[in-house]
Amino acid sequence: MEEYGALMGSNKGRRRFLALGTGSVVGLLASCKKSALPPLLGAHRTRYGERSLYEKSARYFGESQTPATGSSRTPLQDLYGIITPSSLHFERHHAGVPQIDPADHKLMIHGLVDSPLIFTMNDIKSLPSSSHIYFIECAGNTASEQTGTPRSSPQKSHGLLSCSEWTGVPLSLLLKEAGLKPEATWILAEGADACRLARSIPLSKANDDVLVAYGQNGEALRPEQGYPLRLVVPGWEGNVNIKWVRRIHVLDQPAMTRDEAAYYTDLMPDGRARQFSFVMEAKSVITRPAGEQILPKPGSYEISGFAWSGRGRIDLVEVTTDGGQNWHQAELQEPRLSKALTRFRFPWVWEGKETIIASRCTDDTGYLQPTREEIVAVRGLKGTDHYNGIKYWKVYEDGKVTNA
Amino acid sequence: MRKGLLVRTTIVLTGAIVVSGLVFAVIAQSTYSPLRLGRAATVEEVKELNITVLPNGEGLPVGSGSVQRGREIYERSCAVCHGLQGKGNGEYPALVGGIGSLKSDKPVLTIGSYWPYATTVWDYTRRSMPYERPGTLSDDEVYAVTAYLLKLNNIVGETESLDQNSLPRVQMPNRNGFVQDPRPDIKAKR
Repeated sequence: MEEYGALMGSNKGRRRFLALGTGSVVGLLASCKKSALPPLLGAHRTRYGERSLYEKSARYFGESQTPATGSSRTPLQDLYGIITPSSLHFERHHAGVPQIDPADHKLMIHGLVDSPLIFTMNDIKSLPSSSHIYFIECAGNTASEQTGTPRSSPQKSHGLLSCSEWTGVPLSLLLKEAGLKPEATWILAEGADACRLARSIPLSKANDDVLVAYGQNGEALRPEQGYPLRLVVPGWEGNVNIKWVRRIHVLDQPAMTRDEAAYYTDLMPDGRARQFSFVMEAKSVITRPAGEQILPKPGSYEISGFAWSGRGRIDLVEVTTDGGQNWHQAELQEPRLSKALTRFRFPWVWEGKETIIASRCTDDTGYLQPTREEIVAVRGLKGTDHYNGIKYWKVYEDGKVTNA
Repeated sequence: MRKGLLVRTTIVLTGAIVVSGLVFAVIAQSTYSPLRLGRAATVEEVKELNITVLPNGEGLPVGSGSVQRGREIYERSCAVCHGLQGKGNGEYPALVGGIGSLKSDKPVLTIGSYWPYATTVWDYTRRSMPYERPGTLSDDEVYAVTAYLLKLNNIVGETESLDQNSLPRVQMPNRNGFVQDPRPDIKAKR
Protein backbone atom coordinates (compact mmCIF):
# COMPACT_ATOMS: atom_id res chain seq x y z
CA MET A 1 0.00 0.00 0.00
CA GLU A 2 2.73 2.43 0.96
CA GLU A 3 4.81 1.67 -2.16
CA TYR A 4 1.78 2.10 -4.34
CA GLY A 5 1.12 5.50 -2.94
CA ALA A 6 4.69 6.60 -3.56
CA LEU A 7 4.50 5.45 -7.16
CA MET A 8 1.48 7.63 -7.77
CA GLY A 9 3.27 10.78 -6.67
CA SER A 10 5.65 11.78 -9.51
CA ASN A 11 5.63 12.58 -13.23
CA LYS A 12 8.61 10.35 -13.83
CA GLY A 13 6.50 7.42 -12.85
CA ARG A 14 3.76 8.58 -15.16
CA ARG A 15 5.99 8.62 -18.21
CA ARG A 16 7.26 5.17 -17.46
CA PHE A 17 3.75 3.99 -16.87
CA LEU A 18 2.64 5.28 -20.28
CA ALA A 19 5.64 3.82 -22.05
CA LEU A 20 5.23 0.41 -20.56
CA GLY A 21 1.50 0.15 -21.17
CA THR A 22 -1.07 -1.48 -19.00
CA GLY A 23 0.25 -4.98 -19.36
CA SER A 24 3.22 -4.13 -17.20
CA VAL A 25 1.42 -2.39 -14.39
CA VAL A 26 1.91 -5.18 -11.91
CA GLY A 27 5.59 -5.46 -12.71
CA LEU A 28 5.98 -1.70 -12.51
CA LEU A 29 4.28 -1.55 -9.16
CA ALA A 30 6.56 -4.24 -7.85
CA SER A 31 9.83 -2.91 -9.24
CA CYS A 32 9.69 0.89 -9.23
CA LYS A 33 9.66 1.47 -5.54
CA LYS A 34 10.43 5.18 -5.49
CA SER A 35 9.14 6.38 -8.87
CA ALA A 36 5.58 7.53 -9.04
CA LEU A 37 2.39 7.69 -11.05
CA PRO A 38 0.58 11.00 -11.54
CA PRO A 39 -1.68 12.21 -8.76
CA LEU A 40 -5.13 10.75 -9.09
CA LEU A 41 -8.29 12.61 -8.23
CA GLY A 42 -9.21 12.10 -4.63
CA ALA A 43 -12.52 11.21 -3.07
CA HIS A 44 -15.55 13.37 -3.66
CA ARG A 45 -17.10 15.82 -1.25
CA THR A 46 -19.17 14.34 1.53
CA ARG A 47 -22.13 15.61 3.50
CA TYR A 48 -20.66 14.65 6.85
CA GLY A 49 -16.94 14.12 7.33
CA GLU A 50 -15.29 10.91 8.44
CA ARG A 51 -11.79 10.52 9.83
CA SER A 52 -8.99 8.93 7.80
CA LEU A 53 -9.31 5.20 7.33
CA TYR A 54 -5.86 4.92 8.89
CA GLU A 55 -7.10 6.25 12.23
CA LYS A 56 -8.37 3.48 14.49
CA SER A 57 -8.60 5.08 17.93
CA ALA A 58 -11.81 3.95 19.62
CA ARG A 59 -13.70 3.77 22.87
CA TYR A 60 -13.11 0.69 24.98
CA PHE A 61 -15.60 -1.55 26.73
CA GLY A 62 -15.76 -5.13 27.83
CA GLU A 63 -18.47 -7.69 27.28
CA SER A 64 -21.52 -7.33 29.49
CA GLN A 65 -24.67 -9.19 30.51
CA THR A 66 -26.47 -5.87 30.13
CA PRO A 67 -24.98 -4.04 27.13
CA ALA A 68 -27.44 -1.15 27.44
CA THR A 69 -25.97 -0.26 30.82
CA GLY A 70 -22.34 0.16 31.73
CA SER A 71 -19.69 2.34 30.23
CA SER A 72 -17.21 2.86 27.41
CA ARG A 73 -13.88 4.60 27.91
CA THR A 74 -12.17 7.44 26.09
CA PRO A 75 -8.75 6.65 24.51
CA LEU A 76 -6.97 9.39 26.47
CA GLN A 77 -3.55 8.32 25.17
CA ASP A 78 -4.58 9.10 21.58
CA LEU A 79 -5.93 12.62 22.17
CA TYR A 80 -4.24 15.92 21.34
CA GLY A 81 -4.96 19.18 23.15
CA ILE A 82 -7.84 19.23 25.63
CA ILE A 83 -10.99 18.57 23.57
CA THR A 84 -12.37 15.06 23.33
CA PRO A 85 -13.91 14.37 19.92
CA SER A 86 -17.64 13.85 20.46
CA SER A 87 -17.44 10.38 18.94
CA LEU A 88 -14.80 9.39 21.53
CA HIS A 89 -16.51 10.95 24.58
CA PHE A 90 -16.90 8.27 27.26
CA GLU A 91 -20.33 6.76 27.73
CA ARG A 92 -22.22 5.70 30.83
CA HIS A 93 -25.78 4.57 30.32
CA HIS A 94 -28.19 2.97 32.74
CA ALA A 95 -30.91 1.94 30.29
CA GLY A 96 -29.51 2.42 26.80
CA VAL A 97 -29.46 5.39 24.45
CA PRO A 98 -32.92 6.68 23.52
CA GLN A 99 -33.46 8.06 20.03
CA ILE A 100 -35.37 11.28 20.58
CA ASP A 101 -36.92 13.47 17.89
CA PRO A 102 -36.13 17.03 18.99
CA ALA A 103 -39.51 18.16 17.65
CA ASP A 104 -41.12 16.02 20.36
CA HIS A 105 -38.72 16.82 23.18
CA LYS A 106 -39.79 19.15 25.97
CA LEU A 107 -38.32 20.31 29.25
CA MET A 108 -40.75 20.92 32.08
CA ILE A 109 -39.85 23.01 35.13
CA HIS A 110 -42.26 22.71 38.04
CA GLY A 111 -42.53 22.41 41.80
CA LEU A 112 -41.63 25.36 44.01
CA VAL A 113 -41.94 27.92 41.23
CA ASP A 114 -44.35 30.76 40.54
CA SER A 115 -45.32 29.36 37.15
CA PRO A 116 -44.59 25.82 35.94
CA LEU A 117 -43.22 26.04 32.42
CA ILE A 118 -42.70 23.82 29.41
CA PHE A 119 -39.93 24.61 26.95
CA THR A 120 -39.63 23.16 23.47
CA MET A 121 -36.20 22.76 21.91
CA ASN A 122 -36.96 25.82 19.80
CA ASP A 123 -37.77 27.80 22.94
CA ILE A 124 -34.51 26.80 24.56
CA LYS A 125 -32.45 27.59 21.48
CA SER A 126 -34.05 31.03 21.35
CA LEU A 127 -32.82 31.91 24.83
CA PRO A 128 -29.47 33.64 25.41
CA SER A 129 -26.82 30.94 25.08
CA SER A 130 -23.25 30.51 26.24
CA SER A 131 -20.44 28.07 25.51
CA HIS A 132 -17.96 26.65 28.02
CA ILE A 133 -15.26 24.00 27.99
CA TYR A 134 -15.80 21.56 30.85
CA PHE A 135 -14.63 18.06 31.65
CA ILE A 136 -17.06 15.37 32.67
CA GLU A 137 -15.74 12.49 34.76
CA CYS A 138 -17.60 9.47 36.08
CA ALA A 139 -17.51 9.19 39.88
CA GLY A 140 -16.16 5.66 39.48
CA ASN A 141 -13.27 6.63 37.21
CA THR A 142 -10.00 5.06 38.47
CA ALA A 143 -11.84 3.00 41.12
CA SER A 144 -9.67 0.01 40.24
CA GLU A 145 -6.61 2.05 41.24
CA GLN A 146 -7.96 2.44 44.75
CA THR A 147 -8.75 -1.25 45.12
CA GLY A 148 -5.19 -2.14 44.15
CA THR A 149 -6.08 -3.70 40.80
CA PRO A 150 -4.80 -0.98 38.45
CA ARG A 151 -5.68 -1.16 34.77
CA SER A 152 -3.04 -1.36 32.09
CA SER A 153 -3.50 1.85 30.03
CA PRO A 154 -4.69 5.44 30.52
CA GLN A 155 -7.87 4.53 28.66
CA LYS A 156 -8.64 1.55 30.87
CA SER A 157 -7.68 3.25 34.13
CA HIS A 158 -8.72 6.88 33.57
CA GLY A 159 -10.95 6.76 30.46
CA LEU A 160 -14.27 7.63 32.14
CA LEU A 161 -13.17 11.21 31.53
CA SER A 162 -13.76 13.55 28.60
CA CYS A 163 -13.79 17.26 27.87
CA SER A 164 -15.98 19.17 25.44
CA GLU A 165 -17.12 22.63 24.58
CA TRP A 166 -20.76 22.66 25.66
CA THR A 167 -23.29 25.18 24.39
CA GLY A 168 -26.61 25.85 26.00
CA VAL A 169 -28.64 27.98 28.36
CA PRO A 170 -27.72 28.57 31.99
CA LEU A 171 -30.14 26.59 34.15
CA SER A 172 -30.39 29.67 36.36
CA LEU A 173 -32.08 31.50 33.48
CA LEU A 174 -34.77 28.84 33.08
CA LEU A 175 -35.34 28.82 36.84
CA LYS A 176 -35.66 32.60 36.76
CA GLU A 177 -38.21 32.32 33.97
CA ALA A 178 -40.30 30.00 36.15
CA GLY A 179 -39.74 32.17 39.25
CA LEU A 180 -38.31 30.40 42.31
CA LYS A 181 -40.28 30.35 45.52
CA PRO A 182 -38.28 31.36 48.63
CA GLU A 183 -38.40 27.85 50.16
CA ALA A 184 -36.71 26.25 47.12
CA THR A 185 -33.35 24.65 48.02
CA TRP A 186 -32.88 21.69 45.66
CA ILE A 187 -33.80 20.62 42.16
CA LEU A 188 -34.43 17.11 40.87
CA ALA A 189 -33.34 16.61 37.25
CA GLU A 190 -34.77 13.68 35.32
CA GLY A 191 -33.86 12.13 31.97
CA ALA A 192 -36.09 10.72 29.25
CA ASP A 193 -34.15 7.45 29.05
CA ALA A 194 -35.94 4.19 29.85
CA CYS A 195 -34.84 4.23 33.52
CA ARG A 196 -35.69 7.93 33.87
CA LEU A 197 -32.42 8.53 35.67
CA ALA A 198 -32.91 11.28 38.24
CA ARG A 199 -30.58 13.18 40.54
CA SER A 200 -31.04 15.94 43.09
CA ILE A 201 -28.76 18.96 42.86
CA PRO A 202 -28.54 21.77 45.44
CA LEU A 203 -30.11 24.98 44.16
CA SER A 204 -26.89 26.85 44.92
CA LYS A 205 -25.11 24.79 42.25
CA ALA A 206 -28.08 24.91 39.86
CA ASN A 207 -28.00 28.69 40.05
CA ASP A 208 -24.22 28.86 39.79
CA ASP A 209 -22.84 27.29 36.61
CA VAL A 210 -25.10 24.43 35.50
CA LEU A 211 -25.78 24.47 31.78
CA VAL A 212 -28.79 23.05 29.94
CA ALA A 213 -26.81 22.06 26.87
CA TYR A 214 -27.77 21.19 23.32
CA GLY A 215 -24.38 21.75 21.69
CA GLN A 216 -21.17 19.76 21.97
CA ASN A 217 -17.99 20.74 20.15
CA GLY A 218 -19.82 22.92 17.67
CA GLU A 219 -22.66 20.60 16.71
CA ALA A 220 -25.67 19.01 18.33
CA LEU A 221 -25.09 16.61 21.23
CA ARG A 222 -24.51 13.01 20.22
CA PRO A 223 -27.38 10.68 21.15
CA GLU A 224 -25.15 8.90 23.67
CA GLN A 225 -24.35 12.28 25.21
CA GLY A 226 -27.97 13.19 25.78
CA TYR A 227 -29.37 14.43 22.46
CA PRO A 228 -31.22 16.70 22.23
CA LEU A 229 -30.76 18.19 25.72
CA ARG A 230 -28.66 17.47 28.80
CA LEU A 231 -27.39 19.01 31.97
CA VAL A 232 -23.72 19.86 32.29
CA VAL A 233 -22.86 20.23 35.97
CA PRO A 234 -19.29 21.54 35.89
CA GLY A 235 -16.76 19.73 38.06
CA TRP A 236 -19.29 17.34 39.61
CA GLU A 237 -19.54 13.58 39.21
CA GLY A 238 -20.78 12.48 35.79
CA ASN A 239 -23.99 10.91 37.08
CA VAL A 240 -25.57 14.26 37.96
CA ASN A 241 -25.03 15.56 34.40
CA ILE A 242 -28.48 14.23 33.49
CA LYS A 243 -28.73 13.32 29.81
CA TRP A 244 -31.91 13.58 27.72
CA VAL A 245 -33.17 15.93 30.44
CA ARG A 246 -36.94 16.35 30.35
CA ARG A 247 -37.98 17.51 33.82
CA ILE A 248 -36.65 19.82 36.52
CA HIS A 249 -38.55 19.58 39.80
CA VAL A 250 -37.81 22.43 42.21
CA LEU A 251 -37.91 21.09 45.78
CA ASP A 252 -37.12 21.98 49.39
CA GLN A 253 -35.17 18.74 49.93
CA PRO A 254 -33.34 16.08 47.93
CA ALA A 255 -35.60 13.37 46.51
CA MET A 256 -33.28 10.53 47.62
CA THR A 257 -33.36 8.63 44.36
CA ARG A 258 -31.38 5.39 44.20
CA ASP A 259 -28.35 7.07 42.65
CA GLU A 260 -27.96 9.53 45.52
CA ALA A 261 -29.39 7.69 48.53
CA ALA A 262 -27.48 4.44 47.96
CA TYR A 263 -25.38 4.46 44.80
CA TYR A 264 -22.69 7.09 44.27
CA THR A 265 -22.15 7.21 48.01
CA ASP A 266 -18.78 6.44 49.60
CA LEU A 267 -18.65 3.75 52.30
CA MET A 268 -15.97 4.54 54.86
CA PRO A 269 -14.02 2.12 57.11
CA ASP A 270 -16.34 2.87 60.08
CA GLY A 271 -19.34 1.53 58.16
CA ARG A 272 -20.86 4.95 57.54
CA ALA A 273 -21.11 6.40 54.05
CA ARG A 274 -20.66 9.84 52.59
CA GLN A 275 -23.66 11.11 50.71
CA PHE A 276 -23.83 13.87 48.07
CA SER A 277 -20.08 13.75 47.48
CA PHE A 278 -20.47 15.60 44.22
CA VAL A 279 -17.19 17.30 43.39
CA MET A 280 -14.44 15.52 41.45
CA GLU A 281 -11.21 16.52 43.18
CA ALA A 282 -7.95 17.45 41.44
CA LYS A 283 -6.39 14.59 39.51
CA SER A 284 -3.80 14.10 36.79
CA VAL A 285 -2.44 11.28 34.67
CA ILE A 286 0.42 10.87 32.22
CA THR A 287 -1.07 9.62 28.97
CA ARG A 288 2.20 9.38 26.97
CA PRO A 289 4.34 7.47 27.61
CA ALA A 290 2.03 5.23 29.58
CA GLY A 291 0.87 1.64 30.00
CA GLU A 292 0.55 -0.48 26.84
CA GLN A 293 3.02 1.81 25.02
CA ILE A 294 6.64 1.09 24.09
CA LEU A 295 9.57 3.50 23.92
CA PRO A 296 11.43 2.24 20.85
CA LYS A 297 14.91 3.37 21.99
CA PRO A 298 16.63 5.60 24.54
CA GLY A 299 16.42 9.30 23.67
CA SER A 300 14.27 12.41 23.92
CA TYR A 301 10.60 12.06 24.72
CA GLU A 302 7.80 14.37 25.67
CA ILE A 303 5.91 13.29 28.76
CA SER A 304 2.34 14.54 28.33
CA GLY A 305 -0.98 14.14 30.03
CA PHE A 306 -4.05 15.71 31.58
CA ALA A 307 -4.75 17.49 34.85
CA TRP A 308 -8.16 18.67 36.02
CA SER A 309 -10.08 19.77 39.10
CA GLY A 310 -13.79 19.97 39.83
CA ARG A 311 -13.05 22.88 42.15
CA GLY A 312 -11.46 25.16 39.59
CA ARG A 313 -8.32 25.76 37.58
CA ILE A 314 -5.10 23.76 37.51
CA ASP A 315 -2.23 25.94 38.74
CA LEU A 316 0.66 23.45 38.87
CA VAL A 317 1.57 20.05 37.51
CA GLU A 318 4.72 18.31 38.65
CA VAL A 319 6.31 15.29 36.99
CA THR A 320 8.71 12.74 38.44
CA THR A 321 10.91 10.50 36.30
CA ASP A 322 12.64 8.78 39.20
CA GLY A 323 9.79 7.23 41.12
CA GLY A 324 8.94 10.29 43.19
CA GLN A 325 12.38 11.31 44.53
CA ASN A 326 12.39 14.52 42.50
CA TRP A 327 9.45 16.44 41.09
CA HIS A 328 9.77 18.93 38.23
CA GLN A 329 7.34 21.59 37.12
CA ALA A 330 5.62 20.72 33.85
CA GLU A 331 4.62 23.20 31.18
CA LEU A 332 0.88 23.91 31.16
CA GLN A 333 -0.85 24.54 27.85
CA GLU A 334 -2.94 27.71 27.86
CA PRO A 335 -5.77 28.42 28.18
CA ARG A 336 -6.07 26.84 31.60
CA LEU A 337 -9.80 26.81 32.18
CA SER A 338 -11.75 26.20 35.34
CA LYS A 339 -13.24 22.68 35.48
CA ALA A 340 -11.73 21.76 32.13
CA LEU A 341 -8.89 19.44 31.22
CA THR A 342 -5.46 21.07 31.24
CA ARG A 343 -2.76 19.61 29.01
CA PHE A 344 0.71 19.36 30.56
CA ARG A 345 4.03 18.58 28.93
CA PHE A 346 7.50 17.80 30.23
CA PRO A 347 10.59 17.10 28.10
CA TRP A 348 12.45 13.96 29.14
CA VAL A 349 15.59 12.18 28.06
CA TRP A 350 15.21 8.48 28.74
CA GLU A 351 18.58 6.86 29.17
CA GLY A 352 17.26 3.36 28.72
CA LYS A 353 17.09 2.50 32.42
CA GLU A 354 14.18 1.08 34.35
CA THR A 355 12.30 3.85 36.14
CA ILE A 356 8.92 5.06 37.33
CA ILE A 357 7.17 8.18 36.06
CA ALA A 358 4.16 10.02 37.46
CA SER A 359 2.40 13.39 37.63
CA ARG A 360 0.70 15.27 40.43
CA CYS A 361 -1.31 18.47 40.24
CA THR A 362 -2.36 21.40 42.40
CA ASP A 363 -5.51 23.41 41.74
CA ASP A 364 -6.25 27.06 42.44
CA THR A 365 -7.67 26.25 45.87
CA GLY A 366 -4.18 25.00 46.80
CA TYR A 367 -5.36 21.37 46.89
CA LEU A 368 -2.53 18.94 46.04
CA GLN A 369 -3.35 15.60 44.41
CA PRO A 370 -2.69 12.91 47.04
CA THR A 371 -1.05 9.50 46.76
CA ARG A 372 -3.06 6.29 46.86
CA GLU A 373 -1.60 5.58 50.30
CA GLU A 374 -2.80 8.93 51.65
CA ILE A 375 -6.31 8.26 50.33
CA VAL A 376 -6.54 4.68 51.56
CA ALA A 377 -5.30 5.74 55.02
CA VAL A 378 -8.41 7.93 55.40
CA ARG A 379 -11.04 6.24 53.23
CA GLY A 380 -10.05 2.59 53.24
CA LEU A 381 -10.87 0.30 50.33
CA LYS A 382 -14.66 -0.02 50.42
CA GLY A 383 -16.03 3.13 48.84
CA THR A 384 -14.25 3.43 45.55
CA ASP A 385 -15.95 6.40 43.89
CA HIS A 386 -14.19 9.78 43.73
CA TYR A 387 -10.67 8.30 43.91
CA ASN A 388 -8.02 10.76 42.67
CA GLY A 389 -4.62 9.34 43.61
CA ILE A 390 -1.32 9.82 41.80
CA LYS A 391 -0.87 7.34 38.94
CA TYR A 392 2.57 5.75 38.49
CA TRP A 393 3.79 4.09 35.28
CA LYS A 394 6.83 1.82 35.16
CA VAL A 395 9.25 2.03 32.23
CA TYR A 396 11.33 -1.13 31.68
CA GLU A 397 14.80 -1.34 30.11
CA ASP A 398 13.29 -2.72 26.90
CA GLY A 399 11.06 0.36 26.64
CA LYS A 400 7.85 -1.36 27.67
CA VAL A 401 5.58 0.74 29.91
CA THR A 402 3.18 -0.85 32.42
CA ASN A 403 1.47 -0.15 35.71
CA ALA A 404 3.92 0.57 38.48
CA MET B 1 -28.80 38.85 44.63
CA ARG B 2 -31.28 40.35 47.03
CA LYS B 3 -29.48 39.07 50.09
CA GLY B 4 -26.06 40.17 48.84
CA LEU B 5 -27.27 43.68 48.22
CA LEU B 6 -28.87 43.82 51.62
CA VAL B 7 -25.75 42.62 53.41
CA ARG B 8 -23.49 45.05 51.65
CA THR B 9 -25.88 47.89 52.20
CA THR B 10 -26.21 47.08 55.88
CA ILE B 11 -22.48 47.08 56.44
CA VAL B 12 -21.71 50.29 54.64
CA LEU B 13 -24.65 52.54 55.19
CA THR B 14 -26.69 53.96 58.04
CA GLY B 15 -30.03 52.68 59.24
CA ALA B 16 -31.93 55.29 57.33
CA ILE B 17 -30.31 54.27 54.09
CA VAL B 18 -30.87 50.59 54.84
CA VAL B 19 -34.54 51.25 54.20
CA SER B 20 -33.81 52.70 50.79
CA GLY B 21 -31.36 49.83 50.19
CA LEU B 22 -34.16 47.43 50.89
CA VAL B 23 -36.40 49.20 48.45
CA PHE B 24 -33.60 49.13 45.89
CA ALA B 25 -33.06 45.40 46.44
CA VAL B 26 -36.71 44.68 45.87
CA ILE B 27 -36.66 46.74 42.71
CA ALA B 28 -33.46 45.02 41.55
CA GLN B 29 -35.14 41.66 41.85
CA SER B 30 -38.33 42.71 40.19
CA THR B 31 -36.48 44.28 37.27
CA TYR B 32 -35.85 40.81 35.83
CA SER B 33 -38.16 40.73 32.86
CA PRO B 34 -38.95 37.16 31.88
CA LEU B 35 -38.23 36.29 28.27
CA ARG B 36 -41.50 34.37 28.22
CA LEU B 37 -40.28 31.75 25.81
CA GLY B 38 -41.66 28.74 27.60
CA ARG B 39 -45.39 28.23 27.98
CA ALA B 40 -47.32 27.51 31.14
CA ALA B 41 -47.53 23.84 32.05
CA THR B 42 -51.08 22.81 32.86
CA VAL B 43 -51.96 20.98 36.07
CA GLU B 44 -52.65 17.87 33.98
CA GLU B 45 -49.29 18.05 32.23
CA VAL B 46 -47.46 18.34 35.52
CA LYS B 47 -49.45 15.46 36.97
CA GLU B 48 -48.72 13.25 33.99
CA LEU B 49 -44.97 13.76 34.00
CA ASN B 50 -44.28 14.23 37.71
CA ILE B 51 -43.14 10.95 39.24
CA THR B 52 -41.05 12.41 42.07
CA VAL B 53 -41.41 10.56 45.37
CA LEU B 54 -39.89 12.12 48.49
CA PRO B 55 -38.69 10.28 51.62
CA ASN B 56 -41.66 11.70 53.56
CA GLY B 57 -44.02 9.97 51.14
CA GLU B 58 -44.98 13.08 49.21
CA GLY B 59 -45.68 12.07 45.62
CA LEU B 60 -46.63 8.48 46.39
CA PRO B 61 -49.84 7.55 44.57
CA VAL B 62 -52.76 5.98 46.39
CA GLY B 63 -52.37 2.23 46.30
CA SER B 64 -51.31 -0.85 48.21
CA GLY B 65 -49.75 -4.26 47.82
CA SER B 66 -49.08 -7.26 50.04
CA VAL B 67 -45.94 -9.31 50.58
CA GLN B 68 -47.83 -12.32 49.25
CA ARG B 69 -48.83 -10.57 46.02
CA GLY B 70 -45.32 -9.17 45.76
CA ARG B 71 -43.84 -12.66 45.79
CA GLU B 72 -45.89 -13.59 42.69
CA ILE B 73 -44.85 -10.44 40.83
CA TYR B 74 -41.23 -10.79 41.89
CA GLU B 75 -41.05 -14.37 40.67
CA ARG B 76 -42.69 -13.39 37.39
CA SER B 77 -40.84 -10.12 36.65
CA CYS B 78 -37.69 -9.84 38.78
CA ALA B 79 -36.30 -13.27 39.64
CA VAL B 80 -35.00 -13.93 36.13
CA CYS B 81 -32.22 -11.37 36.76
CA HIS B 82 -31.93 -11.01 40.53
CA GLY B 83 -32.53 -14.66 41.41
CA LEU B 84 -35.43 -16.28 43.27
CA GLN B 85 -33.98 -15.30 46.64
CA GLY B 86 -32.81 -11.84 45.50
CA LYS B 87 -29.17 -12.80 45.84
CA GLY B 88 -28.22 -11.27 42.47
CA ASN B 89 -26.31 -12.71 39.53
CA GLY B 90 -23.15 -11.12 38.14
CA GLU B 91 -24.02 -7.62 37.01
CA TYR B 92 -27.55 -7.95 38.40
CA PRO B 93 -27.11 -6.74 41.96
CA ALA B 94 -28.12 -8.58 45.11
CA LEU B 95 -31.26 -7.11 46.69
CA VAL B 96 -31.08 -9.05 49.92
CA GLY B 97 -28.62 -9.65 52.74
CA GLY B 98 -25.55 -7.95 54.12
CA ILE B 99 -27.27 -6.39 57.12
CA GLY B 100 -24.55 -5.69 59.67
CA SER B 101 -21.74 -6.13 57.13
CA LEU B 102 -20.93 -2.47 56.45
CA LYS B 103 -18.07 -2.26 58.94
CA SER B 104 -16.52 -5.51 57.75
CA ASP B 105 -13.86 -5.91 55.07
CA LYS B 106 -16.44 -7.45 52.75
CA PRO B 107 -19.50 -5.22 52.98
CA VAL B 108 -22.56 -6.35 51.04
CA LEU B 109 -24.57 -3.33 49.94
CA THR B 110 -28.21 -4.17 49.38
CA ILE B 111 -31.61 -2.61 49.90
CA GLY B 112 -31.68 -4.25 53.32
CA SER B 113 -28.17 -3.45 54.49
CA TYR B 114 -27.60 -0.05 52.89
CA TRP B 115 -30.54 1.85 51.43
CA PRO B 116 -31.75 4.50 53.90
CA TYR B 117 -35.35 4.96 52.70
CA ALA B 118 -38.10 2.54 51.70
CA THR B 119 -39.47 5.26 49.42
CA THR B 120 -36.27 4.96 47.38
CA VAL B 121 -37.05 1.28 46.75
CA TRP B 122 -40.55 2.15 45.63
CA ASP B 123 -39.38 5.05 43.44
CA TYR B 124 -36.59 3.08 41.79
CA THR B 125 -38.84 0.10 41.12
CA ARG B 126 -41.45 2.26 39.45
CA ARG B 127 -38.93 4.51 37.71
CA SER B 128 -36.48 1.97 36.34
CA MET B 129 -37.56 -1.63 36.80
CA PRO B 130 -37.94 -4.24 35.41
CA TYR B 131 -34.69 -3.50 33.58
CA GLU B 132 -35.94 -4.30 30.09
CA ARG B 133 -39.51 -3.10 30.57
CA PRO B 134 -39.46 -0.20 33.03
CA GLY B 135 -42.80 1.37 33.76
CA THR B 136 -44.84 -1.78 33.12
CA LEU B 137 -45.77 -2.48 36.74
CA SER B 138 -48.93 -0.86 38.12
CA ASP B 139 -48.66 1.27 41.24
CA ASP B 140 -50.24 -1.52 43.32
CA GLU B 141 -47.71 -3.99 41.90
CA VAL B 142 -44.87 -1.64 42.84
CA TYR B 143 -46.19 -1.50 46.44
CA ALA B 144 -46.39 -5.29 46.45
CA VAL B 145 -42.87 -5.86 45.07
CA THR B 146 -41.48 -3.30 47.50
CA ALA B 147 -43.22 -5.10 50.38
CA TYR B 148 -41.80 -8.43 49.23
CA LEU B 149 -38.24 -7.03 48.93
CA LEU B 150 -38.51 -5.64 52.44
CA LYS B 151 -39.82 -9.04 53.62
CA LEU B 152 -36.88 -10.82 51.98
CA ASN B 153 -34.67 -8.52 54.06
CA ASN B 154 -36.73 -9.22 57.21
CA ILE B 155 -37.71 -5.56 57.51
CA VAL B 156 -41.47 -6.22 57.32
CA GLY B 157 -43.45 -9.33 58.25
CA GLU B 158 -44.80 -12.08 56.00
CA THR B 159 -48.41 -10.96 56.30
CA GLU B 160 -47.89 -7.23 55.82
CA SER B 161 -49.14 -4.89 53.13
CA LEU B 162 -47.77 -1.48 52.28
CA ASP B 163 -49.54 1.62 51.04
CA GLN B 164 -48.84 5.32 50.54
CA ASN B 165 -49.14 5.97 54.29
CA SER B 166 -47.24 3.01 55.73
CA LEU B 167 -44.35 2.88 53.23
CA PRO B 168 -42.63 6.12 54.34
CA ARG B 169 -42.88 4.95 57.96
CA VAL B 170 -40.84 1.80 57.36
CA GLN B 171 -37.61 2.16 59.32
CA MET B 172 -34.68 0.97 57.17
CA PRO B 173 -31.75 -0.59 59.09
CA ASN B 174 -29.18 1.84 57.65
CA ARG B 175 -31.37 4.93 57.95
CA ASN B 176 -28.73 6.78 59.98
CA GLY B 177 -25.73 5.37 58.17
CA PHE B 178 -24.94 8.39 56.04
CA VAL B 179 -22.88 11.52 56.63
CA GLN B 180 -22.34 14.68 54.66
CA ASP B 181 -19.33 14.89 52.34
CA PRO B 182 -16.38 16.18 54.45
CA ARG B 183 -13.97 16.64 51.54
CA PRO B 184 -11.36 17.96 51.15
CA ASP B 185 -10.49 15.31 53.74
CA ILE B 186 -6.91 14.57 52.71
CA LYS B 187 -3.99 16.93 53.06
CA ALA B 188 -1.32 15.52 50.75
CA LYS B 189 2.34 15.96 51.68
CA ARG B 190 4.99 17.21 49.28
